[in-house]
Amino acid sequence: MKSAIRFNHVHYAVDDQVILINITGSFYEGEITTLVGPSGAGKTTLLKICNGLLSPKSGEIYVKDKPIREYPPVELRRFVGMALQSAPMIDGSVYKNLALPLELQGKQLPENQAKDLLKDVGLSEQFLHRNSRDLSGGQRQKVSIARTLVNRPQILLLDEITSSLDQVSQKEIEELIVKINQKYGVTIVWITHNLQQALAVGTYTWVMMEGEVVEAGKSHLLNSPANERVKQFVKGEMG
Amino acid sequence: MSPMALSISLVFVLIPFVLSKTFKLGLEKDTVIAVVRSIIQLFVVGYVLKFVFDSESIIYSLLMVGVMIIAATENARKKGGPIKGITWKVAVTIIFIEILTQSILLGFHIIPHTAQYIIPISGMVIGNSMVLAILFLNRFIAETKAHIDQTELILSLGGTPKQAIHSQLITSIKASMIPTIESQKTIGLVQLPGMMSGQIIAGANPIHAVQFQLLVLFLLLTAAAVTSIMLGLLSYPTLFNKQMQIEQK
Repeated sequence: MKSAIRFNHVHYAVDDQVILINITGSFYEGEITTLVGPSGAGKTTLLKICNGLLSPKSGEIYVKDKPIREYPPVELRRFVGMALQSAPMIDGSVYKNLALPLELQGKQLPENQAKDLLKDVGLSEQFLHRNSRDLSGGQRQKVSIARTLVNRPQILLLDEITSSLDQVSQKEIEELIVKINQKYGVTIVWITHNLQQALAVGTYTWVMMEGEVVEAGKSHLLNSPANERVKQFVKGEMG
Repeated sequence: MSPMALSISLVFVLIPFVLSKTFKLGLEKDTVIAVVRSIIQLFVVGYVLKFVFDSESIIYSLLMVGVMIIAATENARKKGGPIKGITWKVAVTIIFIEILTQSILLGFHIIPHTAQYIIPISGMVIGNSMVLAILFLNRFIAETKAHIDQTELILSLGGTPKQAIHSQLITSIKASMIPTIESQKTIGLVQLPGMMSGQIIAGANPIHAVQFQLLVLFLLLTAAAVTSIMLGLLSYPTLFNKQMQIEQK
């Protein structure tokens, strides 16, 4: 199976604080991989490294078989899109937010294209001129995903985008992730605290703890983990 | 003003001192320190200025301006917090403004080439530039901290550091310039500027005093705009590294 992103002995630290230890493995092309694990496991740091917001202290990362350090930062971030956990919005309308990625390139987003994007993420076109401050948590996350898709990334990184949402919104986002994966063929890496989501949506799962990948494989590994720490974690999270 | 009159004016120090004591503001010590320092500093400056003016030496004038720049830089740089190389950035900004304004004033013969004009005007320009630098740095650091998620968002979408920090930069530049612009809007209506009042009290023609005051106001407007924008442009790149990432502290 082809790797979209491949890690080879990746380490990351800030000053004396070690955050990622010896990360080795692959996110496979066209698949949905979920990252699960307790807070402070290094999941967000790993995604930020893939998007180029951070650089590893040692080790090598390959994006489509090309070392990540050989990509110009701007090109890498458009190729590997990332929706941030807090779904930050810039002041102004939903359209202004959707148009942001192209505006950064000195281009304009045609309004009908913006409406199509909203439709793709399950929002009606009436949202286009609504103030982004008036959106609910779920709507913000959907706009955030749509905005990331404007750059037509081949790899999409989603950082705990459902953590603050109600059940209905969580379900909608889950369906949206599957739809994006199937419609655009985008490789998706998704951090989630919800192991049921990881089982239902992800094909592959990485379980991270204290900066390490302690278990990785098909998502059903969560049903019968081999590692003792993972067993305890799964037991705690799944009740 | 006679020394006796000046001594009597100390009653204006006594009033805030008594008020502070009565209302337990705890400002008595600071009030006394401020008064003693201002008396010593102003008299020292007065004697130094007299010496510099009498000597008619360009070297002493330059030394005086140099001391002003060093003191202003030292004061403003403390607000620079995480900005690398803030001392030289503030110094370069103030020196640039001083050279720019003096070149125009002296080059177009707007003021005579004498220390009596160059030093006080330099003091006003450098002092104003220092205050603007402090206002800008205070606001800029607060804005970058408050909107770090927005900066990260723009970088993550493929924006450049300049695009990522643009809105915080503009907000900080505007916020630091507003006091200068607003105070100039009400000048003459609410308060008479200190320099103009001083000239009038000293017996100058009020129209001449106004003309000179206008010159100073225009200079301060330039100092405000150039300080904020130049310091902003020099400062923001140090918040990012070569990989266009936010510098990790």
